[in-house]
Amino acid sequence: MPLLNQREFKADPWTFLDTSEPVPSGGDIVVPFERLVSDFKTLMLHDGQLGVAFPNNLPVTELEPYLQRLQLVTLDFPAFTDGRAYSQARELRTHFGFKGELRAAGNLLPDQLGFMQQVGFDYFEIADERFSLDAWLDAATSISLSYQPSFTSRSQMPISTARGLADTSAPDAEDWPEQPHYG
Amino acid sequence: MYRYDEFDARFVAERVSQFRSQTERRLSGELSEDEFKPLRLMNGLYLQLHAYMLRVAIPYGTLSSQQMRALADISEKYDRGYGHFTTRQNMQFNWIALEDTPAILEDLAKVEMHAIQTSGNCIRNVTADHWAGAAADELADPRPVAELIRQWSSLHPEFSFLPRKFKIAVTGAPNDRAAVKFHDIGLRLHLNEHGQRGWEVIAGGGQGRTPMVGVTVRDWLPEAELLGYLEAIIRVYNLFGRRDNKYKARIKILVHETGAEKFRDLVEEEYARKPGSGIEVDARELERIEAYFGGPNFEVLAMVQPEFEQDKLRGREFARWVRANVSAHQMPGYAIANISVKPVGGIPGDATAAQMRTIADIAERFGNDEIRVSHHQNLVLPHVRQSDLHEIWQVLQANGLGTANLGLIGDIISCPGLDYCALATARSIPVSQALSRRFSNPDRQAEIGPLRLNISGCINACGHHHVGHIGILGLEKKGVEFYQITLGGSSATDSAVGGVLGPGFSAEEVPDAIETIVDTYIALRMDKETFLQAYRRVGAGPFKEALYAAA
Repeated sequence: MPLLNQREFKADPWTFLDTSEPVPSGGDIVVPFERLVSDFKTLMLHDGQLGVAFPNNLPVTELEPYLQRLQLVTLDFPAFTDGRAYSQARELRTHFGFKGELRAAGNLLPDQLGFMQQVGFDYFEIADERFSLDAWLDAATSISLSYQPSFTSRSQMPISTARGLADTSAPDAEDWPEQPHYG
Repeated sequence: MYRYDEFDARFVAERVSQFRSQTERRLSGELSEDEFKPLRLMNGLYLQLHAYMLRVAIPYGTLSSQQMRALADISEKYDRGYGHFTTRQNMQFNWIALEDTPAILEDLAKVEMHAIQTSGNCIRNVTADHWAGAAADELADPRPVAELIRQWSSLHPEFSFLPRKFKIAVTGAPNDRAAVKFHDIGLRLHLNEHGQRGWEVIAGGGQGRTPMVGVTVRDWLPEAELLGYLEAIIRVYNLFGRRDNKYKARIKILVHETGAEKFRDLVEEEYARKPGSGIEVDARELERIEAYFGGPNFEVLAMVQPEFEQDKLRGREFARWVRANVSAHQMPGYAIANISVKPVGGIPGDATAAQMRTIADIAERFGNDEIRVSHHQNLVLPHVRQSDLHEIWQVLQANGLGTANLGLIGDIISCPGLDYCALATARSIPVSQALSRRFSNPDRQAEIGPLRLNISGCINACGHHHVGHIGILGLEKKGVEFYQITLGGSSATDSAVGGVLGPGFSAEEVPDAIETIVDTYIALRMDKETFLQAYRRVGAGPFKEALYAAA
C-alpha cells in the first residue's frame, strides 16, 4: 500500500504483523495493539523499530506504558466520517509528547489531509488509488491559514501569527528606568 | 459589527475556491455523493425534498445593511426571490442549483459572509442573544466572545468529524434569550464581586428526539480559559460520544448515559492535562475583536422623548406595535425595535427580497446600520432612537412588516416541514398559517398575553415544539398526518421541556384544539398570570379535561 508523507508517495519500509505471524529476526515491525500488550516482553527486545496499530475505540492512555519503546503509532479511520483518531493523535502529540511517526490508516480522503497534518499525523496509508499525488497535496494546501494557533502544520500559518506579523502599530513604550524630569 | 481583517477575508476566499474544486470533482464524478456529502454539508449545502438548500451563516445573528442587501440579491439571482430566517439565526435559500453554489459563496464572501459549518457533524454557527449590546439587562455584549468562538471553531482540525452536530450559544444577560440550556454547550456570563468576567458552562442540552435541559459543568470559568475548556469538553465528546446510532450521537446522550457527575470528571481530567500552550484566550486578541466591532456612537438623549410619547397617544395601532414589539434599550432615549416576520397567514421567517431591502434601508437610515436575526425567526433593529420609531413603523407597515405580535400567539416558530424538508413527517407551515389566521385579531392576541406557540414537522424538533408554552408536533401514521400537543415548555431562564397532553389531532382539528386550550387558560388565570405561570400552577388537568372530556 503506498505511503504518503508531506511530499510524495513511497514504499512502506515497515512490516505489519497480524496477531499470529512470527516475528522476524530484525527489521521494523508494526503489531496490533492486543499483540503489543500480550507479547510486550519479547517485542521490547526486538532488534529493530517497533510500531503499533491502535484502534480508535480505546483511550490512548492505554498506550502510555509502551510509548517509550514505540517509534510508530498507526491510528485508524474505519470510515472517513469517524473522527475519533483526530483527538487520539492530538492527545498523543500534546499530552504524551509522542515524537515518533504518526500514521493515519483506513478510509482517508484528500480533503482531510490538511486537518490530519494539523493534529500531528505525518504519514498516510493510501488504500484508495483513485486520487493522484497532486490531488492529495493540493487538497492539503488549499487553506493556507488556520484559526487554531496550537494546531500547526507546514502548510497552514496561524492567523494569530499572521496578525502579529502584520501589526505595524508601535510597540508599547518601555518604562523609563528613571524619571529625569521629576522634581 | 465585526469587520473582517485581511486574514479573515483570505481564509474565506480560500475556502470558496476549495469548495469550487470539490464541486467540480463531484460534477465530474471523481467524488461520489457519499464522499461529497460531508464536504458540502460543511459548506451549508443540503439536499432537500425538491432541490438543494443553502444555509448561510449569520454569526450570532448580526447583519449589516450591506449584508442584508446581498442576501436579497442572492435570493433573486439564484433562488425564487425570498429567503427563510431560521431558528439558529441563519438564512436558508430553498431552491439552489449545485452548480451555482460556488458563485453564491463568492457573492457572500464579498460582504464578509460564508456558509461554513452551518451543517454537518461539526461545530455549528455560534448563536447569541439577539439583543446583545442593546438590552437594558445586559452585563456585557457577548458577541466578541461569540466571534472568538466562531474563529476558533472555523475548520477546527480536530473537531470537523464529530459524532454529530455541535451547537454553542452565548448570552451576556441574566434573562436568557439565547436558550443556553438547550444547546450542546451554552455559555452564560457572570461577574464576580470584583467585576471580573467568568462564564457558566452548560453542556448536554438539546431538543430533537430526546429533549434535555443542559447541566452546569462549571459555575464560573475565567474568560482566559474559555477556549481550552471548550476544547476539553468537545474532545471528550469526540472520543466517547456514541457513533453507533445517529439518534443517540449528540452530547446530551453522552452526558445522560455517563451521568452528569462522571461526565464533569472526564472533562476536568482532560482539561487538567493542559491541552498545550496557545489555547488560552489572548486578552489582546479579544481586545482586537472588540475594537473591530466598533460599537455604535450613541447620542446623549433624554430619558423621556416627548415626541414618541405623543405618537403613542395619537395612534392606537402604533401604540399597540410599541407595546408588543419595542423593548427597553440600555441607553436613554433609545429602543430596540423588533420586526415580526410573522404576518397573519404568512410563513414564519420567510422574507421577500423587497422586504429584506426595506429593512436594510431602515437600518441604514435609523438603526446604526445593524440588523439582528432572532432564534424566534424575527428581525431586530437593536439601536434606534425612540423619536424615530413612528416613522420606522410606518415604513414597516407599508411593507407587510408591521405586525404587532412579538411574543404573542401569532409569533409562531415553525420548521419548514413536509413542504421542503426531507426528514419531515408532517406539514408544519400550513398548520402555523391556519393558527395565525385563527388568532389574527390583535386585540385578542394582546388579551391572551405572552405565549410561545412552536410547531415542528417531525421529532427532530427544528420548530422547537418542546420549549413552546404550547408545542405542536406533526407526526404520521399509516400515511395520515396528526399533531401532538405539549404544554409548559420554555427556552428562557425558566427552561423546561413541555409535557404531552394526550392523543393527537388532525391538521383540521388543531386550531380548535389550541383555541380550547387558550380559552381554558383565560377562564382560569388569576390576575396577570401568563399562560406559562397558569399552567405551572394548575398543571395539565384542566386542559386535558377541556380537550378530551367531551369526547
